[in-house]
Amino acid sequence: MSDHAELAQAVREGQRLALARLLSLIENEQPQGEAALTELYPLTGRAYIVGVTGAPGTGKSSLVNELAKTLRAKIYPGLHASRPPAVAIVAVDPTSPFSGGAILGDRIRMRDLAGDAGVFVRSMASRGSLGGLAHTTSSVADALDAAGFEVILIETVGAGQAEVDIARHAHTTLVIESPGMGDDIQAIKAGILEIADLLVVNKADLPGAENAVRVLRAALDLAGNTGGAEARWQVPILQAVATTGQGVPTLVEALLRHREYLQASGLWRERGQQCAAAALEARLRDRLAERWHAAQPDGRYREILARIVRRELSPAAAVQEMLEDEPAPEAAKRHLAARAGARR
Amino acid sequence: MIQPTIRVLIAKPGLDGHDRGAKVIARALRDAGMEVIYTGLRQTPEMIAEAALQEDVHVVGLSILSGAHMALVPRVVELLRAQGQGQVHLFVGGIIPDEDLPKLKALGVEDIFGPGASTQTIAARVRQVAEGRAQSPGP
Repeated sequence: MSDHAELAQAVREGQRLALARLLSLIENEQPQGEAALTELYPLTGRAYIVGVTGAPGTGKSSLVNELAKTLRAKIYPGLHASRPPAVAIVAVDPTSPFSGGAILGDRIRMRDLAGDAGVFVRSMASRGSLGGLAHTTSSVADALDAAGFEVILIETVGAGQAEVDIARHAHTTLVIESPGMGDDIQAIKAGILEIADLLVVNKADLPGAENAVRVLRAALDLAGNTGGAEARWQVPILQAVATTGQGVPTLVEALLRHREYLQASGLWRERGQQCAAAALEARLRDRLAERWHAAQPDGRYREILARIVRRELSPAAAVQEMLEDEPAPEAAKRHLAARAGARR
Repeated sequence: MIQPTIRVLIAKPGLDGHDRGAKVIARALRDAGMEVIYTGLRQTPEMIAEAALQEDVHVVGLSILSGAHMALVPRVVELLRAQGQGQVHLFVGGIIPDEDLPKLKALGVEDIFGPGASTQTIAARVRQVAEGRAQSPGP
């Protein structure tokens, strides 16, 4: 048996060290990891994937810790018939744009989960990706799915307004707010609130929690509470205190209600398809760019870049030239003509 | 193929509550381009070994100021070996009396850094040791 087949087999058997190795190989985009994941791929598509996102300091890690604890505390027949569901956590923290290093500190809040063989926590650095996840997060989730975890909680980097990639990679997206985070205009801006299937006001024991709930409710009412264009799901606004666990059982119930709703409405399949499309698209883009770079004569890329810096060439004309091997002025002219045509 | 990023677990076993040193080291290794998993205070050897496994780290750094290193370090070494992670490199930082240095080295600790050790030296040493392993990755 080849290395990757052996590794895939070990992961299937539930060997945790093999799983950890596989996740590293995937993260480092090593061919052996991709090959093992290919072997395991038929086993994926079973886990319930929940995305947890929100601004830095709203309590994402603490809430993920409590969610996992609550899920592990009893049997949820929808997830597994005879035992509490196995829970995997993928926690993403930002990579420094200067050094390439990262401090992954989400485990600090997850110490309660130590010693539970039904839980697996993996920290990831975003490694230059900007959408709130790392580039390989969805493949890491696939591997955990194949390893038999019934629930996968993906915690994004502390998100601002536009880090919305998680919605394309999760069945349910949980957006965490905390009191005092902004006024009602913040709440009606596009972005992170739009992707919420569930909204949680964490730190609900602090002053201002009621107000935060009111502002969020008003924002959702303004938007018609459509929950990402899915009219029949009313996005609930829940309150929780992650440090004590208050409100968390209600939150788990709401998650499971959303899961049932997805399955009953056919959205479960649709979202699965969206995830697959996003993964395919990203991979295709990377491979095409890689192949293109490899096919270029030495120095051509740098030469074109230098012309752009000297303002002799626009980036649009440069891409045209690079892909079609036609001289840039022609490409630029045609580009302008096409734009003028479109305007008419 | 990209060179695998060095992953380091910085942990504080035992009961002392002083984690400034651990944080300074975590920050220095981050600035040296490594991914540093920091687990916080009061970790048992079992918690540390479990985190090292799940995170598949190349290096574990233990910060110990309590004087309990001769109880804690052997236990961490034993657990790492038992779970098939004997190849993980171990560093210790903190207040360690001179007479214990050879004992820790004999257990397989790569290096011990006391007060005043420069963060550059530490980062360079961690990289050197980790890259010896990073050249032959995989199970």
